[in-house]
Amino acid sequence: MRKVITFLKEQTKDGLLPWSAQDATAKRFKLSHAAVELLALQNGLFPARYQRNRNMIQIEQQLRLFKSRVAVIGCGGLGGYVLEELARLGVGQIVAIDPDIFEEHNLNRQILSTPASLGQPKVEAAAERLAQINPAVTVTAIQDAFCLANGLELLAGAHVAVDALDSIPYRLELAEVCNTAGIPMVHGAIGGWYGHVASQFPGETTVQQIYRHYVAGKGIEQQLGNPSFTPAVVASLEVAEVCKILLGTGEPLRNRKLSIDLLEMEMQEISYAPVVVTLVDAA
Amino acid sequence: MKITLKLFATFRNGRFKIAEQELAEGTEVRQVVLSLGLTEEEIGIVMLNGRHGELDSTLSHGDILSLFPLVGGG
Repeated sequence: MRKVITFLKEQTKDGLLPWSAQDATAKRFKLSHAAVELLALQNGLFPARYQRNRNMIQIEQQLRLFKSRVAVIGCGGLGGYVLEELARLGVGQIVAIDPDIFEEHNLNRQILSTPASLGQPKVEAAAERLAQINPAVTVTAIQDAFCLANGLELLAGAHVAVDALDSIPYRLELAEVCNTAGIPMVHGAIGGWYGHVASQFPGETTVQQIYRHYVAGKGIEQQLGNPSFTPAVVASLEVAEVCKILLGTGEPLRNRKLSIDLLEMEMQEISYAPVVVTLVDAA
Repeated sequence: MKITLKLFATFRNGRFKIAEQELAEGTEVRQVVLSLGLTEEEIGIVMLNGRHGELDSTLSHGDILSLFPLVGGG
């Protein structure tokens, strides 16, 4: 390993390690791009591909992101942008979960869909895209529907779960599994010009409260559909939340929900009462 | 008693953004929802004075009630 580190250091210029050097190191020493990036970050070498992160994300934070595992549940409108942004941010392990294949009605907004990918599993397109964007990222593609029965298994080892689902009942199951597994969940939902975002930490019930009045069916997305821009906006807000949660920085949308109206360009914040945790008297 | 009623997203269509409403004492949120021609199933969020509220919350003079439709897409 010392040889590898020396080789990496020799190619670092102005404190930055060019991608060409990472790639050459992987080939020369028969290492994965992930292994090379980990070594670089552990040895204080900042990959040049993240140089525009550098003034807001320090190298030890970049290492933390690289060692993080984030599960993205749903790889459609929200999920496509979430995956793209997580990979560019430098999150090292990404789990992409979705049972579906691309259909023509996805093309107006789902960034992973193209005419050529119609009929292709969404998670397969996700893995191909992320390998192109950032070869150092390890992607686990799971073509399956998330539910209570398989949830704990699918989220194993994840530090954060991102809700990019299009179904309220499945979302409520995700919230339940996240609580059981003790994993923070970043919740996002969209419909037409509108969307909302909230983060739920273990023991909290924000998502359940958001859908407290839920009876059956879908929301306004059923009538309005979704345009190209609403998923991009809400997904970006979700990724900002993931980044803060992984780094333990800033103020996540905890016990509050941000509602976005892109038609009137209004944002509303709704507060949720923190859940009172009942302490069990051991005596 | 008077309350301020704010509607959001699609609930504004054919209605209003904000209006003062004169209501009988003890009116519940549910009655306001039904009076707008909305159903309980359409309601996503009930916000009462900036905080999460319930359909059976009882309204008081000066309350600000906000109603948001259900949003669940991805």
